Amino acid sequence: MIAIQNMTKVYGEGEAAVHALGGVSLEIGKGEWVAITGPSGSGKSTLMHIIGCLDSPTSGAYSLNGVEVSGMNDTQLAAVRNREIGFVFQSFNLLSRVDALGQVMLPLQYQRGEKRLPRGERSKRARDMLGLVGLGERTHHRPTELSGGQQQRVAIARALAQQPSILLADEPTGNLDSKSGAEVMEIFHRLHREQGLTVVMVTHDPKVAAQAERVIHFQDGLIAEPEQQGFDQAQPKGFDQAQPKGGA
Amino acid sequence: MDWLESLITAWHGLNANKVRSGLTMLGVIIGVASVIALLSIGQGVQQSITGSITGAGSNLLFVAPGSFQMGGVEAPSGSSASLTYADAQAIADPRNVPDAAIVAPEFTGNTQVIFGSANINTKVTGVTPEYLAAFGMEVGRGRFITEGDVSGRGTVAVLGSTAAKDLFGGFDPIGQKIKVSMPGGGRVSLTVVGILSPQGGSRFSDPDNAVIVPITTAQTKIFDGRNAQGESLVTSVNVVVGNEERVDEITDQINTLLLKRHGFKPGEEGDFSVVSQADLLATLTQVTNILVVFLGVIAAISLLVGGIGIMNIMLVSVTERTREIGLRKAMGATKVDILTQFLLEAIILSLAGGALGIALGVGIALLVDASGMTHAIITPDAILLAVSFSVAVGLFFGIYPANHAAGLRPIEALRYE
Repeated sequence: MIAIQNMTKVYGEGEAAVHALGGVSLEIGKGEWVAITGPSGSGKSTLMHIIGCLDSPTSGAYSLNGVEVSGMNDTQLAAVRNREIGFVFQSFNLLSRVDALGQVMLPLQYQRGEKRLPRGERSKRARDMLGLVGLGERTHHRPTELSGGQQQRVAIARALAQQPSILLADEPTGNLDSKSGAEVMEIFHRLHREQGLTVVMVTHDPKVAAQAERVIHFQDGLIAEPEQQGFDQAQPKGFDQAQPKGGA
Repeated sequence: MDWLESLITAWHGLNANKVRSGLTMLGVIIGVASVIALLSIGQGVQQSITGSITGAGSNLLFVAPGSFQMGGVEAPSGSSASLTYADAQAIADPRNVPDAAIVAPEFTGNTQVIFGSANINTKVTGVTPEYLAAFGMEVGRGRFITEGDVSGRGTVAVLGSTAAKDLFGGFDPIGQKIKVSMPGGGRVSLTVVGILSPQGGSRFSDPDNAVIVPITTAQTKIFDGRNAQGESLVTSVNVVVGNEERVDEITDQINTLLLKRHGFKPGEEGDFSVVSQADLLATLTQVTNILVVFLGVIAAISLLVGGIGIMNIMLVSVTERTREIGLRKAMGATKVDILTQFLLEAIILSLAGGALGIALGVGIALLVDASGMTHAIITPDAILLAVSFSVAVGLFFGIYPANHAAGLRPIEALRYE
């Protein structure tokens, strides 16, 4: 489903260049739940953004569902983002002043082609998705009227609205208290279990990573211990705050 | 996305931040309204000034003492003692200027006119009976100055309609005695014998405000209208030309006559000037053009300020909008989708602001017109200029930051601070 070959990503140029990814190869199969972990600056988020087509690699190949993505233009990438990928951000990224229903309908606006949902059916789809994350009663609440956990659940409903093949989540519980975080994780579990959704999640929370079927650990822009099962619980504290190498 | 969908998205985008939308629109409104109001007032002032000249009669020549200069259309009395009553009589002689239909000399000065407790400072014009016909005036009630008044230095006065109202309020001035201050001290008592019909429109010479007396009375009893040789002076000789096409010819005839009378050689610069209606109009148009340009510059500055207002709001909101753009792109929007949305938002704001600005600008112009301060003429040019500029600024600054943001990769736009 996801096949990445020898991917690099370099920010900046010359002396100040930062090698966020130093030649990563990776495959993720359909229906897998993968957690990507590693310290800050290890390249895990960069990889995630590239998988989500939000960023482009400096070199290397990326194929999604058998389609090569790395050479696509802006319009083609937009279609892939719209059709194949549901993205959940750490900071929710909801539009202020738009109610929950409007948030979930946002990706439906940008549909193209046969999968395009008639305007009248979109609000029904959005309501269904909000129901799926347990917010069926809060369709007309704006982000400021929702708790952090509820906002993240709206964001998940939005990511699911297009019925994507992959759900990507970048630190989905990072801005939440443990109770809300657990609720959000429960939703991911349910989606994975009941709908067979492929889930790729970036986290530095060992408890969150431990819930995944497979953990990929990143270190200095490379996969450190490929296919390691089970997270190293003895990791020293403060490890997450390690500074990126080669930074300015 | 189809156009209807884009329109709905744009509308939601505007509706989501009403304050931002309102402030942006305000820039357009101020720009459009100020340009329309200022240009309309400029046009109105120009027309009321030039209109008063053409309204005074289309075939008039003025002979004035001294050299005619821009802005010095009416030389103050006594400033130049070169034009005499005898000169006027010479011009009136058909042997000298055969085509002068009416020759109406005048001696005008400014002084105080008093009746009871009412007191106005106005122009007192000494005239001959020809004056009435020369300026196409009509006597509303009573009579005008007669030959007898002129030869007998009669202490009579004919009032302009406004002057009559200012001095007498509601009641009948005819037969009443007004007092006219002599610039040298003392007062002359005059009996009101007639009132002119309102002439209207003419703000330049303003006959409605005039107090008209026999020319001999003005020269000898009120003002000191004599030169060192004891000749009677005039401040202007108004000549009506019978045939409008011969204005230039008659101007030459008068020039030649007066140069000879004043002892100049032909072709020399005399101590008088002959000015036609057309000359006056040209000079005044020059002046009013400066006024229109001046107002236009102010209007342009208003547009600029309005434009900067639009620009500021658009640029200030760029952080929030950039993240919104990033999010929309992450959800599958293409660059075209984003630009369409922002273009439509800018069009809606600019057009709505433009429409409100037109309404406000036209309203101000009509209000100024109605207040009587000056005329205001609303021209399609002004509206077109104002709207096209504001809409252009609105569109440019609405799209320019959006275009930049739409070109970013989604993750860059999402991280934008």
